[in-house]
Amino acid sequence: MRIALAGQPNCGKSTIFNHIAGYKAITSNFPGTTVKYTETNIHINGYTCHCIDLPGTYSLTSGDPAELEARSHLLSGEVDVIINVVDASLLSRSLELTLQLLELEVPMVLCLNMMDEARRKGIQIDHQKLSKILGIPVIPTIAKTGKGLKELFHEVIHVYEEKTIGINLKFSKDIEEVISQTTSLLHHKGLSEKKVPLRFLAIKLLEDDPLFLTEIQGHNEMVDQIRTFQEKLGEAHGVPSDQVLSSERHALAMNLFEQVATVIHPPARDIRMGIDQWVMHPFLGYLILAIVFYAFFNFIFGIGGYAEKPLLGFFERWIEGSKEFWGKGSLLFFLTQGALHGISGGIAIVLPYLVPFLIGLSLLEDIGYLPRVAFLMDAFMHRIGLHGKSVIPFILGYGCSVPAVMATRILEFPQHRLIVAVLTTMIPCSARITIIFALVAFFIGPNAALALFALNLLIVAFSGRLLSHFFSEPQSLGLILEIPAYQLPPLKNTLKKSWYRIKEFVVIAWPILIIGSLILALMEYFEVEKYINWFLSPLTTLLGLPEIIGTPLIFGLLRKELSMIMLTQALGTTEVLTILSKTQIMVFSVFVMFYIPCLATIAALWREIGKKGALLAVLFGLMVATVLSSLIRVVLEVFPLW
Amino acid sequence: MTLDQIIENRKAKVLDIQGGHGVRKRLSQMGIHPGDIITILRFGALRGPILVEVHGSQVALGRGIASRIIVEEVE
Repeated sequence: MRIALAGQPNCGKSTIFNHIAGYKAITSNFPGTTVKYTETNIHINGYTCHCIDLPGTYSLTSGDPAELEARSHLLSGEVDVIINVVDASLLSRSLELTLQLLELEVPMVLCLNMMDEARRKGIQIDHQKLSKILGIPVIPTIAKTGKGLKELFHEVIHVYEEKTIGINLKFSKDIEEVISQTTSLLHHKGLSEKKVPLRFLAIKLLEDDPLFLTEIQGHNEMVDQIRTFQEKLGEAHGVPSDQVLSSERHALAMNLFEQVATVIHPPARDIRMGIDQWVMHPFLGYLILAIVFYAFFNFIFGIGGYAEKPLLGFFERWIEGSKEFWGKGSLLFFLTQGALHGISGGIAIVLPYLVPFLIGLSLLEDIGYLPRVAFLMDAFMHRIGLHGKSVIPFILGYGCSVPAVMATRILEFPQHRLIVAVLTTMIPCSARITIIFALVAFFIGPNAALALFALNLLIVAFSGRLLSHFFSEPQSLGLILEIPAYQLPPLKNTLKKSWYRIKEFVVIAWPILIIGSLILALMEYFEVEKYINWFLSPLTTLLGLPEIIGTPLIFGLLRKELSMIMLTQALGTTEVLTILSKTQIMVFSVFVMFYIPCLATIAALWREIGKKGALLAVLFGLMVATVLSSLIRVVLEVFPLW
Repeated sequence: MTLDQIIENRKAKVLDIQGGHGVRKRLSQMGIHPGDIITILRFGALRGPILVEVHGSQVALGRGIASRIIVEEVE
């Protein structure tokens, strides 16, 4: 049995999914966290259920790529039961999608989620009455705490066995007439109910939906007749036919809402409204934004810096010990040192910064601060030819470039997606942040690291202007973004999410770090790395860096952390300052911050913005990195700061 | 008048939405159609977006979009 979780963005689909699947789907408190579907197999009452968590979609009319993904899945005919998850506190708006899902005539259960939020808003819902009108089970739930989910899946099995298909609410009489005329036209033309019901197809054609119109392309006569029907609807109502149907559906949803829900008291004026008075304030909002990020920065550096030193010392002693034990020039010493650098790189350099960073980021996401940042930054983003929504991929970019590149799917225009995707790869991801913290903040000072972050933002903004100049976009729609209410996430969820992301480092990246470190040790022993370094020597000379840094830069293409670990391996010590000057550390860090994205990111770019886009990101990054870091070198050599 | 001309904390009723298929569709997904009542909550700094409340949810609208929503002020 195949189950699909469908619903509007930020209604808690992924939270429900995680409840049944363990933590597999990332959840956050902003629209558009799930941009591609996640699946899992579960067992209920002897059934093996293949359960899919779809990206949130406001409606079944075509929208951004994430919405299209959800829609094409629902229309594939491969879904046995739909669980329509609805934010009960936004019932009237959510019912519009429900009405469209019912048109698909697939067994369905309505999950009234966030009942606690609805109660706080003073909305009382008669779910039995709603169930009766729609002809499908309606289950109130609170996904955060797991309340009602057992009943929900019980009903899923029930509707699957009974093949319970809901009732299509009727539009006004004249519209229904045109729909039935269209349906019989389609029927006559021999279009069978292959994947979607004819009524659904008819409505979509009347709405002038481009996807379905291409399906009947070639049948000129039919296209003409559909156009006549569209005009008939349009003339009767004085607005285009798509608007006739959407207003009609809106009216039906509002009417339904009034039948089943009563607002028993005005929304409890809770503290969250008060918080927004400050957080979104035209002046204080920016102050708070600065404080939040400054505190965030200090939180990471405080924890990471505290842990890094003793851990590094610990491993350094082991390396010294192995040098004495195996003898300085022996292969076994090279290998032991390589392995220890790989292991210590993970424990002492990456994890101390990565863990607090990911916990902090998860917390900001779950509370719902990011959409507020988008609101505050919209005006600035317009200056660089983008709008506020692009802030979300940018902030995610500080975690990892791969999900950030994927998050560009929440943007409507391909040109915006291209620009934002290229720019997000220039935002330092957690691996590069680790490098900035462990090298710059640790050896030079926290302020130098802060300056680097500021420089990075400046360069990203400048690049944005440059890119949007070249890829001039169509008339931009501007920002339309839902700002969800703050949520106090159960700490358990936030920690689970952080662990899910940390695990990615521990099980995938760390082994690569250790293996890479071993390979470099072997290359050093057999003196192979000389050739790579020789090949890259024009670059390293330009940047004024020792030649041995060439190899770490190449390894950085696999994983950004490798540049750092390999650096200590190549230098033969974690006491970087004994070999590199502070200027060289700055130049190296700036170069690593911008140069070619790692392989995983290039693959993601390829998928999202195509081969040319990926190539653009690579070349653009390389250019910015080379120009900027040689500039920094010159500036710091002319005006030495230390 | 258009939505961006309403003062903070006032309510407005949508009369018409100017613009193509795209704008109308995206606004209707947020629950904004002709006839709906919108409360203006706040204007962003530096001609930033407008925060409004509609059907119980908060939505940020860019000025460009807001200037295409024709409204009349209501009590």
